[in-house]
Amino acid sequence: MDQKVYQLGQRYIGAGQSTGTIELHEVPGNALGAYLDGAEIVLHCNAQDATGDTMNAGEITIYGSTGDAAGYAMRGGSIYVQGDAGYRAGIHMKEYKDKVPVLVIGGKAGSFLGEYQAGGVIVVLGIGCEDRQPVGNFCGTGMHGGRIFLRTEHLPKDLPEQVIVRQADAEDMEIAAPLIRRYCEKFGADAEALLRDTYYVLRPNTKNPYRQLYVTN
Amino acid sequence: MLKEGRSPQGAFRIPSGCAVSSVFSKSGRRLDGSDIIRSIAIMHDRSNGLGGGFAGYGIYPEYAEQYAFHVFYNHAKAKEECEKFLNEHFDLVNLSKIPTRKIPQITDEPLIWRYFVTPLHTKLAESQLNEDEFVVRCVNRVNTYIDGAYIFSSGKNMGVFKAVGYPEDVGRFYRLEEYAGYCWTAHGRYPTNTPGWWGGAHPFALLDYSIVHNGEISSYDANRRFIEMYGYNCNLLTDTEVITYIIDYLVRRQGLTLREAANVIAAPFWTTIENKSPEERARLTYLRNVYAGLLITGPFSILVGFTGGLMALNDRLKLRSMVVGEKDDMAYVASEESAIRVIQPSLDKVWAPAGGEPVIFTLDQKND
Repeated sequence: MDQKVYQLGQRYIGAGQSTGTIELHEVPGNALGAYLDGAEIVLHCNAQDATGDTMNAGEITIYGSTGDAAGYAMRGGSIYVQGDAGYRAGIHMKEYKDKVPVLVIGGKAGSFLGEYQAGGVIVVLGIGCEDRQPVGNFCGTGMHGGRIFLRTEHLPKDLPEQVIVRQADAEDMEIAAPLIRRYCEKFGADAEALLRDTYYVLRPNTKNPYRQLYVTN
Repeated sequence: MLKEGRSPQGAFRIPSGCAVSSVFSKSGRRLDGSDIIRSIAIMHDRSNGLGGGFAGYGIYPEYAEQYAFHVFYNHAKAKEECEKFLNEHFDLVNLSKIPTRKIPQITDEPLIWRYFVTPLHTKLAESQLNEDEFVVRCVNRVNTYIDGAYIFSSGKNMGVFKAVGYPEDVGRFYRLEEYAGYCWTAHGRYPTNTPGWWGGAHPFALLDYSIVHNGEISSYDANRRFIEMYGYNCNLLTDTEVITYIIDYLVRRQGLTLREAANVIAAPFWTTIENKSPEERARLTYLRNVYAGLLITGPFSILVGFTGGLMALNDRLKLRSMVVGEKDDMAYVASEESAIRVIQPSLDKVWAPAGGEPVIFTLDQKND
């Protein structure tokens, strides 16, 4: 069956779709693949805001960059972005049993990456910004589940107290390495070279709960 | 008055509602209004038909020395009263109805007039004000005291065109394809907290500064109280006008650069300022302290048009979307990348500025 015709700037392309593949060559509107439920979307240009909003399963591959709030409240499936992500990527991501969403960003991410993250895996490779931090301000604020991997030597100075950051060990990399390899397969980067670099992993500090974040009662 | 628009969304909102777009020729090439209409039209769903508008710069070269007043009148009496006032204070070089096209999408239009004016020498001398300040006070006086009259555009060699309707219809209504300018900004409105009406459509302009705005200002009342101490009156039933007055106050009256004005209204968080270099920390701290009442909180993306340039700015949290594209001598800024691609499919460069980071384009300096 031929693919439906989509317009430049059309919103909600692939929303809730469970089967098939959608290939796009013109910038789609907001909420590309919202509630995606198993279908595949391949984008040969940039995406706008709210890519994969609340998606449940399937895969979105972007040969370009994505706007703000990519993977917002994602609960399954994966998003691979060759270039950069805007603000608030992966906020409110969550996981349950075998539903572990994945967001891989090849370039840099804007502020509030993984804000209120409750599950899932975010990887920021920072390709092209090795000389500075690959994320904006307030990374991981309010995080209480999941993992954020950053390939960098320059950790953000403003990581919140509720987040534990340490260099990724072999066990951590068992989670990240397959995702990095898959990124490289898709976009033609050198996986072994990337994997030799330093990664940090951000996890919530379970010993420091949020009860005193806003008020001391 | 049309009924108040309501947002269907909850407290946290993915950027939606309202659209902004702009095209700017750095070489000063004059473009007609058709591209900006196509650009804003593709974001149709971001507005709800309760307001659309455009600002064009460089559109009145034949009257470049005069202030161009665009005026809405609710009734003939308002026109009579306003024209009496204008005649007492200005030399009216030319006056006419603004040409419009009758289309079914735009209804209930007020009387829409245009005046090219120069302040009367005697009145200006008597006032002991400079020309711009004299004009601002006259505009303020008409808008505050003459019932049913509203001067919504008052700059030189620029003009605002706005109405209740979808922006693409507003553009056709005002026959924008018949104008040519080096810069156009556009707005599609989705009013959330205030009524949709002709005067409430964007852009909001004072002298040659014009603002289109997507967002809502949480700090509106604090900003309003501050700015009203300096002779501005917020009487247009919408938050955006206060941004126009803030820009006028900071840039024209206080002499700040646009970049400094951006650091005031979208000031970085104290925690962010702490991590800056000592000089930058001192500069940002100074601006935040002196103009604390002009910090604009809440989500916004704005485009500020001015003679010879354009500034794009997001709130410091970047709660609204904004994309910048460049191709040869052209610069584009819009709420969505698709609104740029529809008029320029191949771009040399496309990026999203960070929250609070002003992006400013100006005309190339001519070597003559």
